[in-house]
Amino acid sequence: MKSTLRRGRVAAACLTLLSVSVLSACGSSDSDKKTEAVEKLGKTEGQVSILAWPGYVEDGSNDPKVDWVSAFEKETGCQVTSKVYGTSDEALNLAKSGEYDVIAASGDLSLRLIASDEAQQINTDLVPNYKNVYDFLKDTEWNSVDGKNYGVPHGYGANLLMFNKKDFPEAPTSWGAVFEKDQLAKNKGKVTAYDSPIYIADAALYLMKTQPDLKITNPYALDADQLAAATALLKEQRKYVGEYWSDYLKEVQAFETGNSVVGTTWQVIKNSIENKDVDVTLPTEGATAWNDTWMLSSQAKNPNCAYKWMDYILSPEANAQATEYFGEAPNSPQACEKTTDPQHCATFHAGDEDYAKQLWFWRTPIKKCLDGRTDVECTDYAQWTQAWTEIKG
Amino acid sequence: MATTDVADARPDQAPAPALRGPVARPGSRLLHRWVWLRLSLLLSAPLAWMLLVYVVALAALLVTSLWSVDSLSSEIDRTWTLDNFRTLLDNEVYRKVALRTVGVAAAVTVIDVAIALPIAFYMAKVASPRVRRMLVVAVLTPLWASYLVKVFAWRVVLSEGGLAEWSHLGSPGYGLTAVVIAQSYIWLPYVILPIFAALERVPDSLLEAAGDLGAPSRMVVRTVVLPLLVPGIVAGAIFSFSLTMGDYITVNIVGGASQMLGNLIFINAGAANNLPLAAAIAMIPIVVMLVLLTAIRRTGALENM
Repeated sequence: MKSTLRRGRVAAACLTLLSVSVLSACGSSDSDKKTEAVEKLGKTEGQVSILAWPGYVEDGSNDPKVDWVSAFEKETGCQVTSKVYGTSDEALNLAKSGEYDVIAASGDLSLRLIASDEAQQINTDLVPNYKNVYDFLKDTEWNSVDGKNYGVPHGYGANLLMFNKKDFPEAPTSWGAVFEKDQLAKNKGKVTAYDSPIYIADAALYLMKTQPDLKITNPYALDADQLAAATALLKEQRKYVGEYWSDYLKEVQAFETGNSVVGTTWQVIKNSIENKDVDVTLPTEGATAWNDTWMLSSQAKNPNCAYKWMDYILSPEANAQATEYFGEAPNSPQACEKTTDPQHCATFHAGDEDYAKQLWFWRTPIKKCLDGRTDVECTDYAQWTQAWTEIKG
Repeated sequence: MATTDVADARPDQAPAPALRGPVARPGSRLLHRWVWLRLSLLLSAPLAWMLLVYVVALAALLVTSLWSVDSLSSEIDRTWTLDNFRTLLDNEVYRKVALRTVGVAAAVTVIDVAIALPIAFYMAKVASPRVRRMLVVAVLTPLWASYLVKVFAWRVVLSEGGLAEWSHLGSPGYGLTAVVIAQSYIWLPYVILPIFAALERVPDSLLEAAGDLGAPSRMVVRTVVLPLLVPGIVAGAIFSFSLTMGDYITVNIVGGASQMLGNLIFINAGAANNLPLAAAIAMIPIVVMLVLLTAIRRTGALENM
């Protein structure tokens, strides 16, 4: 706590300096960044500092029953300090401070960390539990660049279509339920959608399957025309949307009361809803999804403890606890055996490669097209944000 | 303040060291002689604080709004550009959102003043001292509860099958109307209190004199009470208007699909990592408030505050 305070004060001091245009004083120099993987581990440093999504590093202080950090501290002697973040963009700024050794990053953050030399290559031989991880999660486009591995998988989950059976006697099988005018009309004002520019990818995914002449091959690689088409689709949807959600409790309540009857969701939200009429489905078009990776900072001061943490959180026991607490699929069959709910892995389709193949994991749209096109410039996240502002109007 | 005035008025009056005797310390003798030194030492701390918190922060905001962001590395590019302001002017959506925000703020202010006037009048002029104390406590109590709790309470009240529907009043559903209702409720104490304070200062004898001279009660209110209340009303209105202008949480929770200026700032600062554009958008409510305050100043309402 004390270190957080001090960090806050340092940040405030930096801000003040920045504001009076003493601009170079606060940034740390690039010279102490180490992006190559280590060959072997040394002695542990006695401490490790972790930056992660809420619910990933629980030491019992939020809920005494939820604690997998204490066991790690006892086992390795590495004391854990952790900080949680709310958005990938916030995490990027925090990671750049160099205060954190290990970072849990979604796909829309990991590549930005690698591109800005904030991530260190991982020597997976030094992470014994890595061998358990499902093969389809290894060496993917969001944790590896040019054949170099920059992270070990944590867990994943899909953005699903949730609906109320009272309004859908037959379960919808397509995202058309939230994108096609004739299907939207009967639920006007009761449609919901995720409140973030990244939701544009959901529209792009639907267009990819329904309008082949737009030639979208990756919902995160949209040129100006394709973005315009997705924006137009979402503007049409906007007329029928009751509310957008980003706070998951808000959506839980909206579906409980019936304020929302159809829209995008996460499995963990469905699990929190007691209304028996509410159900979820993975539409035939597939879905967008998140897939989180543990990464090592290139400015890590405690790399040995950091490796110990990555190995620990990949162990079946810890991974089962962490992913079950958050509500996502674990990363290995061994972890699936350790979950307290025996149905957990079935619910979240862990290890189901065919299921995972229908998922488009979150990436950050950048100017250089992610689908490999070089003849055209793609739209970046700032443009997506602009479009999102216009969609909401 | 009064002592410095006196000292200022007679700066050439020699201090009388003889009276104080040899025990007077050199430091205090120096301060006693040099009024300016004394004043600057006294005021430097609060002035520095004001400068840092208000002036530097505003300047930083203005400077930031003239920068841009490199999209790939998300580093701030510190070359001067007016692109952000051009974006604001060219895109219809920003105009629409700005107008919507001003509209909501104006509606909240009108509703709050309309509700606060009779309540404050009753508290200040009609109620017995005991009832008045209880009413003041009742007005202040909501301020003890968290803002979020109150907005979420409104979310539940206005939801389908919630209290509003159940009591047959009918719910407007989530949207701008819900935002206006929730914000009017949240900022009401800030409007009641200044009006109540202004009313308390209106002497009862004035009202009695007006009555004795044959003015009907409507006329008393119109020609005696209201003119004396203007500063209190203006203070309350400034509170509710500016607080509503900057809000983005209420509209997120009960606003349905609509957005206000605060949301645009939030999404650009928090999600898109585009601080310069966020800073440029933040200039809109600042400009609106400046224009408003200047207009109010022109009417002279600020002088009696």
